[in-house]
Amino acid sequence: MSAATAAPGLDFEHPILELEGRRRALEQIAERTPAQEEDLRQLKRELAETTRRIYSTLTPWQTVQVARHKDRPYTSDYLSLVFEDFSELHGDRRFGDDRAMLAGFAKLDEHKVMVVGHQKGRTYKERQACYFGCAHPEGYRKAILKMKLAEKYGLPVICLIDTPGAYPGIGAEERGQSQAIAENMYEMSRLKTPIICIVIGEGGSGGALGIGVGDRVAVLQYSYYSVISPEGCAGILWKSAQHAERAATALKFTSADLLRLGVVDHIIEEPLGGAHRDPHQTASRVKQYLLRSLRELLNQSRETLPQTRYEKFRRMGVFLEDAAAAMAVGGGAGAGEGNGMNGDGRG
Amino acid sequence: MFTRPFRPSKISLSFERLLFAKQPMTTRAPLMSKRPKRGVPEGLWQRCPGCGESIYWKEAEKLLNVCPKCEYHFYVSAQERIRHVLDEGTFEEWDTQLRTADPLEFVDASKSYKERMAIEQKKCGLTDAALTGGGMIRARRVAFGVTDSQFIMGSMGSVVGERLVRLIERATDESLALIIISGSGGGARMHEGILSLMQMAKVSAALARYDRAGGLFISVLTNPTMGGVAASFASLGDLVYAEPKALVGFAGPRTIKATIRLELPKGFQTSEFLLEHGFVDRIVSRSRLKSEIARAIDYCGK
Ligand SMILES: [Zn+2]
Repeated sequence: MSAATAAPGLDFEHPILELEGRRRALEQIAERTPAQEEDLRQLKRELAETTRRIYSTLTPWQTVQVARHKDRPYTSDYLSLVFEDFSELHGDRRFGDDRAMLAGFAKLDEHKVMVVGHQKGRTYKERQACYFGCAHPEGYRKAILKMKLAEKYGLPVICLIDTPGAYPGIGAEERGQSQAIAENMYEMSRLKTPIICIVIGEGGSGGALGIGVGDRVAVLQYSYYSVISPEGCAGILWKSAQHAERAATALKFTSADLLRLGVVDHIIEEPLGGAHRDPHQTASRVKQYLLRSLRELLNQSRETLPQTRYEKFRRMGVFLEDAAAAMAVGGGAGAGEGNGMNGDGRG
Repeated sequence: MFTRPFRPSKISLSFERLLFAKQPMTTRAPLMSKRPKRGVPEGLWQRCPGCGESIYWKEAEKLLNVCPKCEYHFYVSAQERIRHVLDEGTFEEWDTQLRTADPLEFVDASKSYKERMAIEQKKCGLTDAALTGGGMIRARRVAFGVTDSQFIMGSMGSVVGERLVRLIERATDESLALIIISGSGGGARMHEGILSLMQMAKVSAALARYDRAGGLFISVLTNPTMGGVAASFASLGDLVYAEPKALVGFAGPRTIKATIRLELPKGFQTSEFLLEHGFVDRIVSRSRLKSEIARAIDYCGK
């Protein structure tokens, strides 16, 4: 799976890749001597230890590299590893069929569901066809159209989030990227069917949130979910994308941060060394989470789901609220003073 | 989210820095003299970014900060917006007690978020980028919100999101028409990270409930309205009005240019561009905004 040299930005994986290379070499020997068997056992132990050591201290920036790893399982991989009988549904009935957004019927064990997810593509050709996972407005419109279909026929919706962000281009703006994302959040918030969202890789800003309003929101351990890409943030606040590493730390977007900030409900632990080392194991954990959450949600009446979903998102945000703070910081600032109409502003 | 300050406000800010010290304060209302007016200079000639002509600022000011020659709409503060749109003396500010908690303890290249907030609060005379409350428009009671594009680029963090949601919930409970005037080059505020992003979902969800309850939401787009603000409440109006020539879009022009490596078409991401592509109901000049809103409430309000 992995080449001998690490992909750019994944230098921290070098020791692991080197050990993996040696393990492969030993494993390829058809008939190993007892000494070689012992070497292999030793090597496997060392590999596990090294991987554990490196992955237990990943920096936020390294986490971003793992989330973007070319071998990380994508939506299409989960469609074959977690679900059965995927039957793709194309098109937004308005403009076109966005390859950066997949949607369709699928079976999750005995449950019939609608799956919606960003798709990044694995080969260069695939990646180009789906703009590296950056959806256009027609992608978001396809997503909500299929979700509404699911609502109509009582199918739960499963959203797999994996995008660097919504596509920034001329056509995307012409066709209302803002309006498409806004409308998806608006409609998802009141959909009368269970919605489970999982950030499986990159949770890039509005492009992620456009399919991210669910009754349950989980995140894979080495995914990230952010208001802006670390490069974009660095470009604005540090005046250079070179500072992406610092921005990545400042933005507090790793799975542990997201859980602490109350933005996600659950972290799905990844296999040792990340999802790209064991897509099958990852998929099985994703499946367990989906089944468990689905059972919980199917116990709720469809009518009350939008209310609890609203309350869930209603609570998000951290701020201070007390009269003392109001007096200390702003004093009489605000409208009362600004427009000179309300006398002393406030009490 | 991907955007930078829009040039016109930058120009006017530097004007202010240059000339403010020498400038005697002209006061319209007694309380305003407490702090400098920001964004636009007073009592001097200024080059209009719209037509390039030198205009006498007093004259533009009489037209609610609109260029008398080309109708370029200059920046106006949140406080001035209230004066432009609501009946005099009717605005009552809500949820003034909310303050940012700096949940990420965010520090960028030059300042901590806390320091930045203190500077912005002083500069704008606001506690955060959104001002919300109740007021009257031609004797009809409305719920009114406005974001100030000069307060950390009009960006939305937890306080802006919470104020807007409380505004929307109160409008829902009291069956009030809802007007939100957006000015935000910054979209969702980076300094509060993912929590800012979630405000987009929170406000949109509140609007969906308001809609179900039959409320009338008029969204007014002003220069600039970008990123997470454009991609949430600003785009969700039953009616979407826009001031002429405002920059409105999802991704910032620089981001798009860097991505596609092509020149952007003339007039790209302006109000007129949005109208042409079907995303704006009407382009409304500032002087007509109040009467256009009143008329819409007349048709749709209860
Ligand atoms: Zn002009």
